[in-house]
Amino acid sequence: MAKISLRLLVFLAFFSISAAPGMAGTLDAFKGQKGTVKIAGGTAHIPVMQEAARRIMTLYNDIVITIAGGGSGVGIKQVGEGLVNIGNSGREPTPEEIRRYGLTIHRWAVDGVAVVVNPKNPIKYLTKDQLKDIFSGKIVNWTALGGADHLLTIYTRDEASGTREVFWEKALDKGAISTKALFVQSNGAMKTAVANDPYAIGYVSVGHIDKSVIPVALNGVTPTLETVKNGQYKVARGLYSNTKGEPAGLTRLFIEYLFTPEGQQIVADKGFIPVK
Amino acid sequence: MIASREVIAKNVFLFCAMASAAIVLSILLFMIALGLPLFKGSASFSLLTGPWAPHQGLYGIFPMIAGTLWVSFLATILALPLSLGTVFVVTGLGGTRLRRILGALVRFMTAIPTVIYGFVGIFLLVPLIREAGGGAGMSVLAAGIVLAILISPTMILFFADSLLAVDPSYVQAAKALGASRVQRLLYVMLPKAVGGMASGFILALGRALGDTLIALMLAGNAIRAPHGFLDPARTLTAHIALVKAADFDSLEFRSIFACGIVLYLFTTAAVVTVRLMERERKAVP
Repeated sequence: MAKISLRLLVFLAFFSISAAPGMAGTLDAFKGQKGTVKIAGGTAHIPVMQEAARRIMTLYNDIVITIAGGGSGVGIKQVGEGLVNIGNSGREPTPEEIRRYGLTIHRWAVDGVAVVVNPKNPIKYLTKDQLKDIFSGKIVNWTALGGADHLLTIYTRDEASGTREVFWEKALDKGAISTKALFVQSNGAMKTAVANDPYAIGYVSVGHIDKSVIPVALNGVTPTLETVKNGQYKVARGLYSNTKGEPAGLTRLFIEYLFTPEGQQIVADKGFIPVK
Repeated sequence: MIASREVIAKNVFLFCAMASAAIVLSILLFMIALGLPLFKGSASFSLLTGPWAPHQGLYGIFPMIAGTLWVSFLATILALPLSLGTVFVVTGLGGTRLRRILGALVRFMTAIPTVIYGFVGIFLLVPLIREAGGGAGMSVLAAGIVLAILISPTMILFFADSLLAVDPSYVQAAKALGASRVQRLLYVMLPKAVGGMASGFILALGRALGDTLIALMLAGNAIRAPHGFLDPARTLTAHIALVKAADFDSLEFRSIFACGIVLYLFTTAAVVTVRLMERERKAVP
C-alpha cells in the first residue's frame, strides 16, 4: 500500500515537473482573471501575439485577446488614444510620441530587415551604395550588377510599415525610393512577390525568410539570425509593445508573459531573436 | 383591413427607398466633411494635379487618377470587341446549343469572385507580360486585360437584352426581304439596340472604375502616373486600400477622402450619362 502511494507520488511529481514549463506553470498568473486585451498595430508581431493569445485563451476561457494589424503608426496612435490596450510597433516610438501619449515601451524581440531577391537571381552580394542606386532608380538593369539583361523590379511597402521605416533609415540612409517601385502590403506579400518575379528586389523581416527568397549580403554581411544577434548586420530593429503609462491588470500579465522563458521561446519559434 | 395593409406596405417600401437614398447622400457628405481639411488653403489644386510624396508633404492624387483612367479605359476598350463578338453569337449567329452554353457561361462568369481572377492573373498573365514586355509584368496591361474579362459579362448581358428587345416584326420583315442572319443583325437589330448597348458599355466602365482588387493585385501600385501600357499604375481604389493603414490624423489618411470624392464623381458622371442617353432614346422613338 505504502509502496503504491509512493509510486503514485513520484509519478505525480514527474508529471507536474514535465508539464510545468509548457502548461499551467507560466500561465498560472492568468488564473482567475477575466476580461479583454485589445492589441493592434505592427504586422510583424502578429504571429507571436497570436500564439501567446492562443495559449492563454485555451486555458482560461474568461480571457479574450483580440489582435489587429494596421501598421506601427496605427498601433502607437491607437494605444495613445486609449482605443486599444497594447499598440505594437516595429520601430521605437519617437520621443515626441512617447511624450505626447505617455507611452511605456516594452521591447521583447529583435528583428532584422533583409534585402531579398529571387532564387534564380545570381546576385548574392551588394554594397550599400549599389543598394541605394538600385532603390533610387539609378541602376535599372541587372546587367549593371552582373545579372541577367532584364529591367529590375523594385518592391516596397507603404508608409505605415515599420519594416519600410527601418529599411529606409538604416539600409538606404533615408535615400530616395524610386517612384517606379511596386507596392505590396505585408511581409508575406513581399515574399510572394519576390518569389514569383525572377527580376525582383525587395526587403522583408529576417524572421520571414525561407527557401522561396534569397537574402542578399549587404557590405559582405549576410542577414541571418546570428549576424543580427551579434550586431554585425546593422539593418535591425526591436519589436515593441507599447502601453499608455504603466500597464495594469491583464495587459500587464500579457506583456510579462512575453518576457517569460515560455514567451521568449515563442519569439524564437516564430523566427525572431529573443531579448532574454 | 386590406386598406390598412396597403398603407403599411406602402410605408415600409417608402422607408426602404428613403433609407437607401439617405445612405448614398450621407456617404457623399461624410467624405466631403472628412476630406475638407485637404481642400482648405492653397493646396487644394495641387492635390488633384500633384505627385504623391508623403515624406515631402505632398499628397497629390494625380498619379492615382491617371492610373484609374488608364486601367479602366483599357479594360472597357478590350472588353468591347470581346462582348460584341460573344453577344452576336448568343443572340443570332450561333446554333441553339452553342447559344445556350455560351449564355449559361456568361451568367456563370458574373458569379466568379474577383479575387480568383486576380490570382489567376498573378500566376499566369503577369509572368507572360514580364517575359514578353520586359517590364515588371505588373502593369496597366495586366490589370486591364483581367478587368476586361471581369466586366465583359456586364456588357454582354446588357447588349443581349438590348438586341433581343428589338421588335421581332422588323427582323421578320428583313428576313422576308431576303436579308441573311448577319445582315439582319448588323442592319436591323444593331441600329435599334445601339442606345441600350451604350448604357451597358458605360455601366461596365463604371464597374471598371470602381473595382479595387484586380488593380491592387495586378497593376503594381507604383506611385508614378503610367506613361504606357507596360508601366505599373496605382488606381484610386487601390490607393485607398493601401493608405487606410496610415495614421488617422495625418493628411495622408485624409487624402483617402479626396480619392473617394473623385471616384464618386467619376461614377456619378457615368450614371448620369446613361440616364441622359436613356431619356434621349425615349424622346426619339
